[in-house]
Amino acid sequence: MSKQLNLWPARMDLLESLTGLLLVLFIWGHMFFESSILLGKDAMLWVTRMFEGAHIFDKPYPLLVSGAVAAIFVLIAVHAILALRKFPGSYRQYHSFHRHMGAMRHADTTLWYVQVITGFAMFFLASSHLYVVFVQPDNIGPYASSDRVWTGRFWILYVLLLISVHLHAGIGMYRLAMKWWPFKAASAALARKRLKLAMWCVIAFFLCLGSASLVTYMKIGYEHADRAGERYVPATESNHPVSN
Amino acid sequence: MSAIPVQQVGRTLYIHILRHNPCDPLSEAHLQTFELEEADAMTLFIALNEIRENHDPSLQFDFVCRAGICGSCGMIINGRPGLACRTLTKDLPDNITLAPLPAFELIGDLSVNTGKWMRGMSEQLETWVHSQGLENADIDSLEQTMEPELAEQLYELERCIECGCCIAACGTALMREDFIGAVGLNQITRFQLDPRDQRSDAQFYQLVGDDSGVFGCMTLLGCEDMCPKQLPLATQIAFLRRRMAMV
Repeated sequence: MSKQLNLWPARMDLLESLTGLLLVLFIWGHMFFESSILLGKDAMLWVTRMFEGAHIFDKPYPLLVSGAVAAIFVLIAVHAILALRKFPGSYRQYHSFHRHMGAMRHADTTLWYVQVITGFAMFFLASSHLYVVFVQPDNIGPYASSDRVWTGRFWILYVLLLISVHLHAGIGMYRLAMKWWPFKAASAALARKRLKLAMWCVIAFFLCLGSASLVTYMKIGYEHADRAGERYVPATESNHPVSN
Repeated sequence: MSAIPVQQVGRTLYIHILRHNPCDPLSEAHLQTFELEEADAMTLFIALNEIRENHDPSLQFDFVCRAGICGSCGMIINGRPGLACRTLTKDLPDNITLAPLPAFELIGDLSVNTGKWMRGMSEQLETWVHSQGLENADIDSLEQTMEPELAEQLYELERCIECGCCIAACGTALMREDFIGAVGLNQITRFQLDPRDQRSDAQFYQLVGDDSGVFGCMTLLGCEDMCPKQLPLATQIAFLRRRMAMV
């Protein structure tokens, strides 16, 4: 019997959920690391060097960052191709769904559509971001990143990406829990209510954190615009050549 | 002297009904408005009967039990699926728009053939107890006992009245006609839990282990929120998804 079973639908559903979960955990971690700029330029430089392996190898290896980017890109590609199965595939399907969503005024139905839109937007937004980090892994640091954000005008991309990624991630985690978690039928409604509240709180938190750090990068970039390209050298290491 | 209670004059309801008779080649789908005075504790069942009696005897709609048990009066009420007999007009605004449930064959006006759809689903999913050697069973002997908790769990899922509201509330079912929806997945869970059904998980997987079954569900939760019987559909589908993913 089991020889005839096609297990791919099960695997694909699991893999879609699993890649989504990993990507959400990644982006939430990413937010904390990139917002180290809120603690100062030295803190951000320390985090940058940590990801370049400088604390282990004595010397930064930006290629490590490129490697991480490649891994994330693979996860995104797998997640995207699996999620595409669920996108409306024709005008008729879009039309039915739109009419249904408008008439139902049902939060979870609408939230799914928000995921479709933000997911589609991230095909472009996330790819642009990943490509730049992949080909210029050495171009990360208090001044290097700020110059990219302000002088390089990447802040426009980052504003759109910030909103898309956190809506998509927050809603995705809520739906992931509803999809797989073994809630007891009697307490499921309460659990769902709490999860949804948690979802909005998490989205609001990361949007605030992301906005605060983005504004900080923009401010540093604005003030540093006339010296764009110059790297940050911490006061304690001004004699060392290693800096970003 | 005590005051004589005065009957308050009810609101005037404007009931807009999507009319269409697919058997009549000249019929075109259109909204027809009926004015009606609201009565105390009026349900849409009462309102529709009043329209048929006093305004238009040709209006088609289905009712049997008028108590939320038969599942025939499912319709779209102001955009959302629900049972007309369980919907009080006092919970609705002055303007009420009624339309037939989508995804089912239209018989006429508000009447749809949910029975045909449900039968197709039932045959596709084989929603009956599969057991070997029943022809030799001794019907005089005592039945095998079942734990009360399990019996209650089965009864809870058996409460489904196949009204079709979960299908009409499901964005996935409206986009993909072959999706069996919460009603079908609920049936499979019911037989999966039943110890009298000897089918293995692998056999259930063959019935629902693809995008027209449990892996097609996108967790929009319209079924859970619109089910007139408040069945725990979200937890049932999550249970089935976990079982089928582990086959």
